[in-house]
Amino acid sequence: MAGNIKIRAKAEGGETSVKALMTHPMETGLRKDKKTGEIVPAHFITEVTCKWKDKVVLTALWSGGVSQNPYLAYKFKGGQAGDPVELTWVDNKGGTETATDKIA
Amino acid sequence: MIDAKRRILLKGSLAAGAVGVAVGAGLLAPRAVLAAWPEAAFHATDIKAGLKALIGVEAGEAGGDITIKAPDIAENGAVVPVTVESTATGVKTIVIVAEGNQTPLIASFNLGEDAVPSVSTRIKMAKTANIQALVQTADKTYTATKEVKVTIGGCGG
Repeated sequence: MAGNIKIRAKAEGGETSVKALMTHPMETGLRKDKKTGEIVPAHFITEVTCKWKDKVVLTALWSGGVSQNPYLAYKFKGGQAGDPVELTWVDNKGGTETATDKIA
Repeated sequence: MIDAKRRILLKGSLAAGAVGVAVGAGLLAPRAVLAAWPEAAFHATDIKAGLKALIGVEAGEAGGDITIKAPDIAENGAVVPVTVESTATGVKTIVIVAEGNQTPLIASFNLGEDAVPSVSTRIKMAKTANIQALVQTADKTYTATKEVKVTIGGCGG
């Protein structure tokens, strides 16, 4: 189920931009399996928490309308090279994964 | 005759059972998630009702210097890259809505005090429709739309 998260953070001109790619099926619970005709159960990331040095910068609340293997990019003011950034997702089945990176 | 009724009753209770399991699965999720995740909003099929549940207003007003970056034509509705930016000050929440989807509310981003109002993600679009972006500050809600033509829908199956 859980793959890995790719996360890159880069500081430039007083702002830090973070790009992250998660691995997740993001099933809406509305789609039918083409072979069996049965509805594929919902399985998607509901919440993504993005931190910079233990401070929450962004919280994303998602529905199943976000694409499979979600991509998220965001920016925040401040951030020095070497500062830790952390991203944690939680899905509707209680699964969770966390990744960290240092600002480049 | 009696048997036929029995079948109907069984079918009915099975369907109810399936709903129960779905609710049960939701309840098994960690409490913190349940508290924060606005289920009513994301399951809403009506945009106004969904927005009301999510951010407390049914629609935004024009303004807020919102920029929506998305392709004019998306060949694959399953992956439509969207970037929402605003130059308004004190932005607290950014919401992305795909007006043509069965459950139109896609994502809500709650910005911390250091966050710059600029988020990018990829969304699914069922058909050609407007993407609506809402930007909420402490006392105002702004909105902007951009049409994306979808060649192949992303919610089919």
